[in-house]
Amino acid sequence: MNRDIQRYTANERTHHWTVAILFILAGLSGLALFHPALFWLSHLFGGGPWTRILHPFLGVAMFLFFLVLVARFARHNLLERRDVQWFKQWRDVVNNREENLPEVGRYNGGQKLLFWVLIVCLLVLLATGIVMWRQYFSHWFAIDTIRLASLLHAFAAFVLVCCIIVHVYAGFWVKGSMGAMLTGWVSRAWARRHHPGWLKEVTKGREP
Amino acid sequence: MASQDIIARSATTTPMPSIRQMDEVAKLIDVSKCIGCKACQVACSEWNDLRDEVGHNHGTYDSPADLSADSWTLMRFTEHQTEAGNLEWLIRKDGCMHCAEPGCLAACPSPGAIIQYANGIVDFNQDKCIGCGYCITGCPFDIPRISQKDHKAYKCSLCSDRVMVGMEPACVKTCPTGAIVFGTKEDMKEHADGRIADLKSRGYEHAGLYDPEGVGGTHVMYVLHHADQPSLYAGLPDEPAISPLVNLWKGVTKPLALLGMGMVALFGFFHYIRVGRNVVEEDQQPVVEASPVHEVDPAVHTYDPRDPR
Repeated sequence: MNRDIQRYTANERTHHWTVAILFILAGLSGLALFHPALFWLSHLFGGGPWTRILHPFLGVAMFLFFLVLVARFARHNLLERRDVQWFKQWRDVVNNREENLPEVGRYNGGQKLLFWVLIVCLLVLLATGIVMWRQYFSHWFAIDTIRLASLLHAFAAFVLVCCIIVHVYAGFWVKGSMGAMLTGWVSRAWARRHHPGWLKEVTKGREP
Repeated sequence: MASQDIIARSATTTPMPSIRQMDEVAKLIDVSKCIGCKACQVACSEWNDLRDEVGHNHGTYDSPADLSADSWTLMRFTEHQTEAGNLEWLIRKDGCMHCAEPGCLAACPSPGAIIQYANGIVDFNQDKCIGCGYCITGCPFDIPRISQKDHKAYKCSLCSDRVMVGMEPACVKTCPTGAIVFGTKEDMKEHADGRIADLKSRGYEHAGLYDPEGVGGTHVMYVLHHADQPSLYAGLPDEPAISPLVNLWKGVTKPLALLGMGMVALFGFFHYIRVGRNVVEEDQQPVVEASPVHEVDPAVHTYDPRDPR
């Protein structure tokens, strides 16, 4: 008998991967303009002018889809006291000694922190991106505002890319996580090891 | 100019050709000699084939009201009242200053869209321009403009096509009062010295040359009667320099950030091969703790003959 548990519905998975695809596209087109060493990425989008045209639209689309994703998952990502303890034991985390950690609910401290950092990054990227959007918006802003926005945009993008690298790596590292977001299902053993609090919740305490 | 004359190129991190030891050129604009006739604006439109839209009167002599993709130079008129109560009509020909350290070139993300020649001219290559407008963000003088038709950046080229074949820029050729002169930068400084001495002898004790060091000097220079207050001249920056925000944005932080992102990915990889995957054994049964009450039917006794107790 397959006793797997559903972690993500088809809609949640579709939503997540929509944001992920938009992140890849907005990220690659942004990196093309980030540093000359990556300008070749602009060829993926049909050249420099097309990269310049597409990047802000991709960014706005990512922001809008992400906003709804936030609404979907925010209640699972409220930071709690036990998350602080989780962070204090980061050595146990990175060394796969989860048995030492406080009980983790649907998301662990790292996942929750990532969630909120992403929100901050995307808000900064949206606000500064509009200021930098020469074709439609830049003429409304003073030159020093545009300069500051350019700097903050690059910084927020840097933080976002670093966070997503960690996020993607965690998916490869913790086996079963990638499957959770691809198929929606996780095994009970997976849930028991990584998210025992959540397992209790979904099984209404019938299973430790 | 030939490709070996290019000494700086936007979004390029490798060395540029360095074989040319060319004299730097400069355009010297003597504001004290300018009569505001706008012949230079006409000559610029004529030579560069620019036809700006006819605008509206904004209550000043400035026409058009601002620089645009089709107006690369512009007379800016300022009515200035001196402390003695005299009115001075300060007329400054605005346009690209051709900085030795150009903010536009530093900010541009498109390789080769902005180039600097050994003679000091900073030129835009619209063929490589992607229209992002970062040159505007980088410029300390607010000069580049993006065309609303083709979304390319434009500005004064110092008539690089004319200079290449030994001619002076169109504005210089047409100026009826000799307020605009062109030559090597050294010669222009010498010429300016003469003009400044003349102005000082006429009572303009603060007359001087505008060749701001904050941008490494410029290849368009002004002789100003009030060189102590450049901002009198329609907001000419007193101490122009590439903004620290732009330097931080485009400077050493970019390669460091790139390195940072690479390091995060690399840390991940080495974590994977050192600590390893976090795998759950699927047959791992729940650790059922021994029930605190071990119920044994007192009537049933087990007896193991090999382990007599």
